[in-house]
Amino acid sequence: MAKNCHNDYKMKFSSDDEYPDLSQHNNHMAKVLTKDIYAKLRGKSTPSGFTLDDIIQTGVDNPGHPFIMTVGCVAGDEESYEVFKDLLDPVISDRHNGYGPSDKHKTDLNFENLKGGDDLDPNYVLSSRVRTGRSIKGFTLPPHNSRGERRGIEKLSIEALATLEGEFKGKYYPLNGMTDAEQEQLIADHFLFDKPVSPLLTCAGMARDWPDARGIWHNDNKTFLVWVNEEDHLRVISMQKGGNMKEVFRRFCVGLQKIEEIFKKHNHGFMWNEHLGYILTCPSNLGTGLRGGVHVKLPKLSTHPKFEEILTRLRLQKRGTGGVDTASVGGVFDISNADRLGSSEVYQVQLVVDGVKLMVEMEKKLEKGESIDGMVPAQK
Amino acid sequence: HVFGIWEETAVPGENPHSCQKMANLQLKGLTAEDEFPDLSQHNNHMAKFLNMDMYKTLRDRTTPNGFTVDGVIQTGVDNPGHPFIMTVGCVAGDEESYEVFKELLDLVIEDRHGGYKPTDMHKTDLNPDNLMGGDDLDPEYVLSSRVRTGRSVRGFCLPPLCRRGERRAVEKLSVEVLGSLTGDLQGKYYSLRDLSEAEQQQMIDDHLLFDKPVSPLLLASRMARDWPDARGIWHNENKTFLVWVNEEDHLRVISMQKGGNLKEVFTRFCTGLTEIESLFKNKGFSFMWNEHLGYILTCPSNLGTGLRAGVHVKLPNMSKDSNFEEVLKRLRLQKRGTGGVDTDAVDGVFDISNADRLGFSEVELVQMVVDGVKLLVEMEKKLEAGESIEELMPTQK
Repeated sequence: MAKNCHNDYKMKFSSDDEYPDLSQHNNHMAKVLTKDIYAKLRGKSTPSGFTLDDIIQTGVDNPGHPFIMTVGCVAGDEESYEVFKDLLDPVISDRHNGYGPSDKHKTDLNFENLKGGDDLDPNYVLSSRVRTGRSIKGFTLPPHNSRGERRGIEKLSIEALATLEGEFKGKYYPLNGMTDAEQEQLIADHFLFDKPVSPLLTCAGMARDWPDARGIWHNDNKTFLVWVNEEDHLRVISMQKGGNMKEVFRRFCVGLQKIEEIFKKHNHGFMWNEHLGYILTCPSNLGTGLRGGVHVKLPKLSTHPKFEEILTRLRLQKRGTGGVDTASVGGVFDISNADRLGSSEVYQVQLVVDGVKLMVEMEKKLEKGESIDGMVPAQK
Repeated sequence: HVFGIWEETAVPGENPHSCQKMANLQLKGLTAEDEFPDLSQHNNHMAKFLNMDMYKTLRDRTTPNGFTVDGVIQTGVDNPGHPFIMTVGCVAGDEESYEVFKELLDLVIEDRHGGYKPTDMHKTDLNPDNLMGGDDLDPEYVLSSRVRTGRSVRGFCLPPLCRRGERRAVEKLSVEVLGSLTGDLQGKYYSLRDLSEAEQQQMIDDHLLFDKPVSPLLLASRMARDWPDARGIWHNENKTFLVWVNEEDHLRVISMQKGGNLKEVFTRFCTGLTEIESLFKNKGFSFMWNEHLGYILTCPSNLGTGLRAGVHVKLPNMSKDSNFEEVLKRLRLQKRGTGGVDTDAVDGVFDISNADRLGFSEVELVQMVVDGVKLLVEMEKKLEAGESIEELMPTQK
């Protein structure tokens, strides 16, 4: 294992001298990182030189919020999850419903296994979207990677995406180098991502060298989109207006598999293992890394006292239409799966399909002034 | 090419800079060209000088503490700068940075500090008796006077690189040293973490409080890590002598008071600093200093004296005169708004201070402020009286 000499230099100080003050903190890392674990792990580093302090820096710098439990740690490379398992396994377990260190994760990207999902009522379901992330084996992750690596990832990604055909034929727009017109269009299409401002991300070093080697690729139809070198190596998004989640998921699975084949040919497949599924920067995105969701009009249901309970039982979560940490507008909510690890892609999207179908039925009932008490589901 | 195979190319063992191993860890197939930053949109001192050849040379090195050229330049890569304001775009992570990365930093220093050469010697003079005058700036115009500098404690990494253990050690040492100051300098330390609401409000009212950096220039160089751990403010009872611990430098030392008695401010400044330095020495620690660069600080712009001496002065007429900028330039002074760097003047009150840091002694710089402000106030009075200031125009200092 390679040595990080600055880490060695720190070893001059005792573990207690270095242990962070987490007294004001509320995040998964702070919950789990005891002095003993710190002492055990602080002398280690991954082969690329990522250390415990690097893992936890974002959680030290961002104490968190009494109501929102952030993760407070990131991986710098694939090996982080192994070298620092004494910290990350408990974080993973806490975040992913008790997922154990010896549990196996199932990957299922066969869209034909999804039942229904092509008939969500478009009067209520305004749009459907599935996203995930992928990390490219052999490169370190955004908190740690160098400009050269990031550019290597971009180059490989551009090559891979350029070979796509048919419904997947598209174009790459590097962040540094798009014209004003292109930028305007990407903003209008809601495709453009911007330099991270969230301290959760900037403290983890993910915005370094911005906008070098960052870009957006999308197909001509604007239904399949890839972000390069934002919070993960790749973020892959399939989306369209209306409620045909089945079609969105089909395109998602087919597109992902095509892309993966091409990366594999270059000996750079996606980071994956049978315990953690797809390896991503944030431990919260392990497993499927999948968030499948819809924008759905639920003005009545959302004000019903049982709304939160229903979501919990359906294993769904709500967000505002601006995405994470935004408020809903006009009774329109972003409803998506809450889980990432421990269940497959098909299973998670099925939860969304079935759950949203039920919630729309409930909404219609409430519109007619009828009760929904008999419809409240059991815990999934 | 094939990525993903880490390769250690240095031989461990006798190499005194065993961190060379870290520097030589190279993802197989990645070259200097692959890694060289895109500086095409950039306007800062670092971007002016960093070229491919220099980068090639420097990326193979680290300081004994593990600081690399990428660490030095990250803030300049992340902050392209402004067409009008030339930022430095690089920082030191430790004392050795200035030596290990001299190919870059010497050029930056020369450009920033008026042509200061790698072979030049810097003079330190903290004897306030050498300052002439300065006790009689007209308090009708000069509202307050202030002198600040920074100090780094030798043996510790600087804010971009230091870890919690080190930062806490710097704080502990500093608190002990400051705790033994007496007389006019006797005071109290307030750790940022433990400030009560009342104490915090008082400090804000007194203009003493510093806050977590928000400037991307500082954040990108990683100086805000672990905030507010081991950061704090010490001040004497009179609130005329103030020390910030672990903000942008290990120590920022500030002497200030209302009115125009810059001599008194400078005297307290020198006495306090000298006493603090001596107390550190008693504990076996010294300040980073050498005869070429003077006092070593995080930002290359603060080398030498690290000193900014200034006044808040009313110049409503002078500041509107077409000669204002030229006069300041000739006097080797700079203006800022009363909120400090990058703020605007309010009601014609300006912060006027020395522009130089390196290549002049502390006494020389404060003398420039004393003499320059005296002249500016005379000019202001002339303009008030509707008279010309032509005859008062100074020559270039």
